[in-house]
Amino acid sequence: MVANFRKNLVISAILAVSTAFSASLSAAPTLKVGIYLPMSGRTASFGADVYSGMKMAIDEINKAGKVKINAILEDEKSEPTDSANAVKKLINIDKVNIVLGSVASSNTNAAAPIAQAAKIPLMTPASTNPNVTKNGEYISRICFIDDFQGSALAKFAKNDLKATKAAIVLDSASDYSQGLSAAFRKEFKALGGEIVTEVSYQAGDQDFSSQLTKIRTKKPEVIFVPGYYSEVGNMMRQATKLKVKGPFIGGDGWSADELAQLAGDGIEGHFYSAHFSHEDTDPAVQGFVKKYKSLMKKNPSDMAALGYDAIYFAADVFKRNGFKTDAEGLKNAINTTKNYPGITGNITLDSDRNATKPLVIIATHKGGHKFKQRVQP
Amino acid sequence: MSEFVQYLVNGFAQGSIYALIALGYTMVYGILKLINFAHGEIYMIGGYCGIFLLSTLGLPFWAALMLAMPIVGIFAVLIERFAYRPLRGAPRIAPLITAIGVSIVLLELTRLVAGAQPRPFPQPFEDMSYELGNWIPALDGVIIQRNQIMVFIIAIVLMVLLNAIVMKTKIGRAMRALSMDFDASRLMGVPIDRVIAFTFFIGASLAGAGGMLVGMYYNQVEPYMGQLAGLKAFTAAVLGGIGVIPGAVIGAFILSISEALVVGYSESSYRDAIAFAILIVVLMFRPWGILGRPERVKV
Repeated sequence: MVANFRKNLVISAILAVSTAFSASLSAAPTLKVGIYLPMSGRTASFGADVYSGMKMAIDEINKAGKVKINAILEDEKSEPTDSANAVKKLINIDKVNIVLGSVASSNTNAAAPIAQAAKIPLMTPASTNPNVTKNGEYISRICFIDDFQGSALAKFAKNDLKATKAAIVLDSASDYSQGLSAAFRKEFKALGGEIVTEVSYQAGDQDFSSQLTKIRTKKPEVIFVPGYYSEVGNMMRQATKLKVKGPFIGGDGWSADELAQLAGDGIEGHFYSAHFSHEDTDPAVQGFVKKYKSLMKKNPSDMAALGYDAIYFAADVFKRNGFKTDAEGLKNAINTTKNYPGITGNITLDSDRNATKPLVIIATHKGGHKFKQRVQP
Repeated sequence: MSEFVQYLVNGFAQGSIYALIALGYTMVYGILKLINFAHGEIYMIGGYCGIFLLSTLGLPFWAALMLAMPIVGIFAVLIERFAYRPLRGAPRIAPLITAIGVSIVLLELTRLVAGAQPRPFPQPFEDMSYELGNWIPALDGVIIQRNQIMVFIIAIVLMVLLNAIVMKTKIGRAMRALSMDFDASRLMGVPIDRVIAFTFFIGASLAGAGGMLVGMYYNQVEPYMGQLAGLKAFTAAVLGGIGVIPGAVIGAFILSISEALVVGYSESSYRDAIAFAILIVVLMFRPWGILGRPERVKV
């Protein structure tokens, strides 16, 4: 009993000291960051990956102690309505200084008007649909947009894969899928290619055999699938069974470990564009890859790298605003960003608050994906 | 021609799954006049149960299927016992709302326990497909996968078994009696609690088998898989005439084949719109569904 009491005393003493210690730490200027990501639902892999990078950056920054990042995470459940609610909560109840997120463009698009109306800066690490930042001057992103991604993929299909006939399979309810296929269609036609058929599916569909049968009859040389990994992986598997000849090409929505798991043998020989490759030999990238690998026991995806960049970018914006948390100052600091050196490339925001950055094309393989080429904007 | 046949093949495989789920909706509705919205989640749990039995316990496929069906069935009986039975005398809307609640609870519980990620389903059989063009030249290019044949045959066998139970056994007769006249059956000494529990058991077993077959066919299981499939199966049950067992099967095949053909010959984005338009048109002319009988108003 006495021993127990003593133990308790010691513990409470330690607690008291450590609270005092952390209190002295929090004397560093604090930025309250609201994060909303798909931690569950159909695109939960994106949430997990982006947050793994964010968490790593937050821990590094807080350990360094010059500024403190006070992060609040909300799950947007891979749904637009939940995204809007999450951002409402972050702004109205948690009173965050800046909002970071989300990944799927439809979800960021649903949340952005709320941040814009409340005049709180919202910066998305990974939503690529051009319309997202058109919600207003408080909305920005640190990734490229689908106009660039779609046209880069069209050029890749035409010039590198030597394809002249393409089929498009799109998710009819997704802003991302629509925007990306519009950009692809425009560029591919401009290059003299032909779109032989366009078919669509809905998020949550499991069966793509009828769409694939239709594609098979049109004999395209490349199949463009601007969707998310959960459906695309399944589609690849079924394509192998139905003997549909690829290759498939797609955008950053493929970027998840689950793609290969779901596709099985069907994963071999396709291409997608991403924000970053862990095979990049740049020393800064390799430093990040090493740290990430020792922490997470796997290679970072581009989503993880974007999450990492987003937090450091927010800290940099905070610093450039003189460690003040006023929304207007933060917004101006974001919108005037020039050559911020991120892991995913140099970030310069244009007048539409979009970043102009290179992309990488990645070839999918059963034993692990391989870097194929880099495309400059 | 071969294209058309391929769409039919795709439609039949999908339709077998819809049918297995639709049967559960229709049986429960036939007896309790309750639309069991949790039924789609029961189907999803069947898929997870399959993963557990196949990969964790390492059972062979047939043993896993035989075990998964009663496990899911007992699960549904428990749901009936604790969520629906206490509300049996209540207005019809109360159990309906409860069913929606049960559906959400099951979905979110599965999400918490198993995670939101789609889980790869172990492949009990090697992928194999047959090219019909090798035997019938006119059908060049039509591919039937072995899994499609398996799904179709297992579904048909289960439906024949169900038919035998309902038409030939004593408990089947009791089920039919209950669906004709609930109160009269009770007065005649039909043990209604037991019959209702059995109905849930059978319906859920079929849905559980459906979940396992879908896992095998698409190689994945995820917490949200029951939502869309449940909705489609419910539509199939209404289309065929809710409460009528063969109706559910016919409705399921009509729905799945029209879906496949719409994707093939029209805009694929109209798939669901056209499928539901068919439902509306059928219900305009036959509000009781294709095989349903007009409800007599009892005085």
